[in-house]
Parts: sequence; structure tokens; C-alpha cells
Amino acid sequence: MSIKPRSKEPKTPLEENNMFRGLKRAPHNLIEALRRVQARYGYLPPEGIKQAAEYVGVPFSQAYSVATFYHQYSLEPVGKYRILVCMGTACHLRGNDLNFEFLRMLLGLKEGQKTTKDGLFSLEVARCFGCCGLAPVVVIEKPDGTRQIIGNANARVLRAAIIKYRRQEAGGNE
Amino acid sequence: MSWTLLDKCCEKCTHSLDNPCPDYIECRVNGPLCHSDKKCKELRKKRLEEIQYGAVGAKIKIPLSSCTLASGAENIYEAVKDYVEKNGLKISISISGCFGLDFLDPWIEFTSKGMPTAIYANVKPKDIPRLIKEYFEEHDVSSAYVLKNKTGKAKGEDKVPLLDELDVWKKQYRWVSRNCGIVNPESLEEYIATGGYRGLSRSLKMSPEQVIDEILKSGLRGRGGAGFPTGIKWRITREQKVTPKYVVANADEGDPGAFMNRLLAESDPFRIIEGLTIAGYAIGANQGYIFVRAEKPLMASRLQKAVEEARKYGLLGKNILGSGFDFDIEVILSAGAFVCGEETALLAAIEGRRAWPRQRPPYPAQKGLWGKPTAINNVETLAHVATIMAEGAEAFASVGTEKTKGTKMFCVTGSVKRPGVYEVPVGTSIRYLVEELAGGAVEGSAIKAVQIGGPSGGCIPASKLDLPLDYETLQSAGAIMGSGGIVVINDKNCMVDVAKFFLTFTSAESCGKCFPCRVGLKILWDILDKITRGQGTEEDLVVLRHVANTVKYASLCALGGTAPNPVLSTLRYFMDEYEAHIKDKTCPAKVCKALITYTINEDKCIACGQCAANCPVNAISKQESGKYSIDVDKCIRCGTCYVVCPVGAVEKHSRGRRRSGGEMKW
Repeated sequence: MSIKPRSKEPKTPLEENNMFRGLKRAPHNLIEALRRVQARYGYLPPEGIKQAAEYVGVPFSQAYSVATFYHQYSLEPVGKYRILVCMGTACHLRGNDLNFEFLRMLLGLKEGQKTTKDGLFSLEVARCFGCCGLAPVVVIEKPDGTRQIIGNANARVLRAAIIKYRRQEAGGNE
Repeated sequence: MSWTLLDKCCEKCTHSLDNPCPDYIECRVNGPLCHSDKKCKELRKKRLEEIQYGAVGAKIKIPLSSCTLASGAENIYEAVKDYVEKNGLKISISISGCFGLDFLDPWIEFTSKGMPTAIYANVKPKDIPRLIKEYFEEHDVSSAYVLKNKTGKAKGEDKVPLLDELDVWKKQYRWVSRNCGIVNPESLEEYIATGGYRGLSRSLKMSPEQVIDEILKSGLRGRGGAGFPTGIKWRITREQKVTPKYVVANADEGDPGAFMNRLLAESDPFRIIEGLTIAGYAIGANQGYIFVRAEKPLMASRLQKAVEEARKYGLLGKNILGSGFDFDIEVILSAGAFVCGEETALLAAIEGRRAWPRQRPPYPAQKGLWGKPTAINNVETLAHVATIMAEGAEAFASVGTEKTKGTKMFCVTGSVKRPGVYEVPVGTSIRYLVEELAGGAVEGSAIKAVQIGGPSGGCIPASKLDLPLDYETLQSAGAIMGSGGIVVINDKNCMVDVAKFFLTFTSAESCGKCFPCRVGLKILWDILDKITRGQGTEEDLVVLRHVANTVKYASLCALGGTAPNPVLSTLRYFMDEYEAHIKDKTCPAKVCKALITYTINEDKCIACGQCAANCPVNAISKQESGKYSIDVDKCIRCGTCYVVCPVGAVEKHSRGRRRSGGEMKW
């Protein structure tokens, strides 16, 4: 039993019509076009960036410069579940750096490594989600696009969440 | 769908999307205005009551915004829906925004005709059946947290305080956040029923110059941080001869610790749409953009829904309210970059490019989006605009200081008992916000400093808590008003570590265009890192100050210009902590990892094994005595055991010179 990561190699040709439906072909829609590519593949493959650039009518170089600039874009495949650990001020002061270390150890990631070997989880630092009253906050982005926001996160609830998702995946693939 | 306030009352009403009535808004609540008909009046009155109590006379309100969702409001919503459907109860379910009182989350509100409106705090899904039974069947409100009104008809009313009597409520001056947590953020009808869109309706009957004069008269200054007078910005933009012009709402609220814009947009999005429409009318723009931060998608979707609703009822689009003014709004979601909060970077992002700031002047008011005159306003400013145009400039200017009128929303977070968003007049003291409203420091800690204005702000020590919160005073104290985030730092936090944290943030967020910010912040971070590892020297402090000042004065935009503030302000007020790190090689707050060790106090240890189970490197083992102990060499000082220990047996020690006979081993 193996778990397939969300990000697959894009099929060629990309399903452009589906992806960019309703989006006006204007250069200022580049950011949105790239977002849709990422939503479809889980990351930005070079072909995807090219398609977005062609669709909105800008050179590939410009699309690439935008793709490498903003935090939300990932040029590498990410895990099926994206764990975002908030590193805002309130979360830092209430110990989210400890939570990050804890998750890193729990998932068996080396320093600097982002995604687990089985492609199930990726662990990232995120900017403030604006839930500072419930600091520290950890957000888990699920494959269906919904988000689980965990307020007052600690080692115990995080472990429980990870175990829950691992079980779900194991069950779903049997 | 049944009849709503937004529909025609009878055939005599002449309003239609093709031929809009200028009095449409006033008519919804006080109408009908163009003809007199008792039936029509009754119809509107009945509907207003329905909005309050639900169509069946009983209503449950559940707040769905990012903060309540984080504490589990979605499960509450499901539980309520489940229970009401399963038991066939006649109760309508509605959503609302958030009060901004995060310590109540998740809360839930019950209303029923003749009963007092009750708010229950910190609700769990399993409580729902009991609470519904108590309130709707037994008419008992004794387990409520607060009541909104008293009727004398419910049991236990005397034991529960009124919302208006609570310190956190009555000590605020809720002006622009008045609807937050009260109305359904997805219902245009509720917004209009509570007095919304009166500002736009009034503005459209004035000339654009008169609108600008009214805003000038109110003395409103931009709430995004810099405090530039909004009226002057609009006038400059209006006077430009180039067309078309644009208005932009800056909803890229990036400061960690600030979420008042998110709260406003999630709880009362129409107010922002209305404010932006008024801004468009005043400067002569026909297109507006709202640029929303990527990490706050709910904010974007609420605004998007609000735009669609407003369009549907002719409050956006062609010939708004019969005035001949055309205006439309596009909501744009960012892809995540802190620098987008800077106005020229934000414009670049809207144009679909890298968010790189550029040299000013020319200011966006002269050359902005696609080289055209553009007025950029903060979300809170626009919400103020809508409220000022509805209530009048005098009402707004009646509070505040001489230089800065009106109110400001502040987010108080960190080490306080009641974190949340509080709205107070500008010029209120920091102490009032932190102690009276947010309840002071959490048990067992003392306030050491407050950090105001996010990563670009400064740390103000506890001895200066009586400073008033206004633009000028904060600037001279080494902080900035910023967007209004106040993070309370307690004695368990290390100031050097805090400064390093902010530098981690700003150096990662530096866009890389100009040299001082790109390289300087990295140098600052390196020095701070060295100090927190116990390897700092006295010269480092000199270099630190020198580089910080260089970055401050030589950077292109405000990100670099303010990023050294945390370093400079901690150097100014907390020199003793820097010296402890450098001279004694100790961290007084016991935070910096390289300078501490963890041990387990055997007298306190109850041998529960929590620490060993959670240790990521298996450095904790059971001793012969049955108690646990930590292998110092294996320990990575992650602090997990310290957090999970239920009895506080894990202790932190300074590693300093005292260990191993004064000799240092690094």
C-alpha cells in the first residue's frame, strides 16, 4: 500500500480550458492564473507556468519571476496535507517554534526538508493568519482544499491530528 | 424566497435596476416614502422584526469567522443544525461575524421573542442539546455568559450580567466595529436594516467636492499606519487631469499580531464596499480594487460575496441610486508577500508583477495603477468613511486627540488574559487597553514590554505604558502606530530573542530590490543570532546599532525603513538583557536555547511518562527510582517536555559560566 502524493506530473496537454474558466486574458490576472495552476497540480510545474503566461499574454520570464516571488507558490511538489505553522509574533511568543520542531521530529524531517518521504505531509512556516487571539495557531490544508485551523496548538493536539490523518489515509487506501 | 426589505413593497414603488430611486436606502427602513400606505409600512416593520428574531420567532446565531473557526465554530454549527433538524424544532439558524473578543470563542447566541437574548461562551458541540433545551424549552438562561437585554420572563436572569455592563464592552467605543458580531455578514438586507448604505446615499446627493470637504472636516487620517489625512489624499487625486482614475482598498493586512481588517471584512464587509464606493465617487473613479492578503481567504470570499450582492441590487454597477455614477469593484487575492502592504508594491502586485516597491514621488495619487491617479486607502479607513458619511463629521470628530480625531481598532494579543480586538478613541493610553480591556498579564507573569505596530514597530517597556496611543507620541517613543497590533511580552520572553524573531520575519520578507534592506537585515540577524548563541562581543553592539541606522535611512521603502525599529528600540530600553547575553553568557528569561539546560525535578515528578512519550529524540529515560531524567547530551532543548509536563517538574536552568567551574564549553 502506498500513498500517492497530490502532485502528479501534469498530463500533456494541460486542461487549460477547465483551469482558466472565466478568467479574463489580461496580464494583471497572472497571479490568479498561477494560483489556479497550483490548485490543479498542487505545485507549479514549468509547463503550468508556461500555460499561465501564454493565457494571460506575458513572457515566460515574467511569469517565472512572479512564481518565484510570492510565498504561496511552490515550485516543488508538496505533500497531500500541507501543515502551515504560523510564525506571527503572538504565535512565536506562545511557543509555536517549539511546535514546529515537534512536528518536524514527529514527521521525521531533516532540517530544511519540506515534504515527508511518502508525500503525505509537508511542513511549512506561514505568516500570520490573523487568529492571534488563539495563538499558537497551526493550519492544515487538506487535499480537498478545506483547511483545519488549530488554535491553542500544543504537542498533544498536533500529534492527535497527525495520527488522525495518517489513519484516514491508511483506511482510504485499503 | 420570501419577501425581503430589498424588494418592492407594492406596485407603486418606482424603483428598478434600470431606473433606480435616489431614496432607495432610506425607503427600505423608514418607507414607503413616495406613497403612504399602512399595509406597506406594516410589511416593512414586520420584516425588520423577522430579521431580529428569525421568521419563526426564534433564532440561533453562530459566528463564522477565522478566529471562531479556529476554536471549533464549524462543529458547533453542525451540531446545532443536526439537533434542530432531528428534533424538528422551529428555530432559524443564522451566521454572524465576530465580536473581536477572542476569549469567548466559540460563542453562540440564542434569541426568542419575549426572552432575553443570551450569549453562551466557550461552547462545545456536546453542550448544544442541553443549552437549546434550557433556553427554548425551559426558558432558563442561567448558564449564559452574558445577556443582551432583560425581559424578566426567563429563569436565572439576575445571575447573568448584561453585555453593556461588561468591562470589555462598555469601556470600548464601538464606532466602526459596531456591526461586528451583530449582523449576518452575508446579508445585504441586514446591513441596510442596521443603517448601512445611508452614507453612500447621502454622499451621492452631495457633490464630490462636498464629500471630500466632509471627510476633511472630520479630520480622518489613514488607519493603515502612516496617518496621512484621507481628505487631502482624495483631493490630490481628484485634482489630477489624467483619466481614468482608480481607488484601491489595501486589505493586505500583513503585520503579525494585527487582524482588525480581517475582523471588519469578515464581519461587516458591506461597510468596506460602501466606503470604497464613496471614495470612488469623491475622486472620480469608476473602478475599484480590493487587494486581499493570501493568508486570509475567508476575508476575500466574504468581500467577493458582498460585491456580488451589492451588484445584484444596483449598489454597484451603472447609475448607482439614480445619481449617474458608475462604479464597480474587483476583489484580488494576493499570493503572499508582506511587502504588498507598501502601496507601490501593492500596485505592482495588482498589475500582475513582482511586488517591488518603487521610488516615490510620484505618489500613487499622481501616478498609480497603470500610471493613472490612484487613491489607496486602508480597509479600516474606508469603513470609517462609510460611517462618517452616515453619521456626520461632527460625531466622528467628537472623540480623539487634537491632531487625530476618531477611534481606532487595536488588536491586543500575546500574554494577556483577554486577547482580542478593541476599539477606543485615538489617544487612549496603552495601559487602558492592556489592563482595563485585555485584562492585564496572564496569571503568573508580569508585563515586560509591549510591541506596537508589528515587525516594523518598536518595543515599549512596561514603565511607559501610560503613553497615549497616537501617531506622534508613538513615533517619538521609538515605535509606530502601524496598523494597530499590540503584542504584550511578559517576563518569560527574552527581548534579544524577540528582536531576532522580527528580523527573521523582515529579512525573509525583504523583497530584495534595494541593497540596504536586503543585506543589512541579514547582517542584523546574523549578529543577533550570534548573541543568542552566547558568542556575542561588545563590538557587536556597536555594529548592530550602526547597521540598523544605515538600513533605516538608506532603504527604498517603509519595509526597510522601519524593519530595524525592533532592534533599535530593544537596544534603547533593554540594554541590560543584551549585556547579560554578551558578558555573562546567560539568558535572563531562559529562552535562548544555547544558554539553557532542562532537568527534571525528582521531588515534583509523578512518573506519568508524558515527557518521555513526547520527547522527539528519546533523551528522557526512566530511573531506578521510577522517576524520569533527561540526558543532557542527547537533549536538543526543544522544550516539548517542559510544555507537556502536567505538574511543572521540568525545569530550565541557565547554562552560563557557573557550570563546570567557570569554564565554557561550546
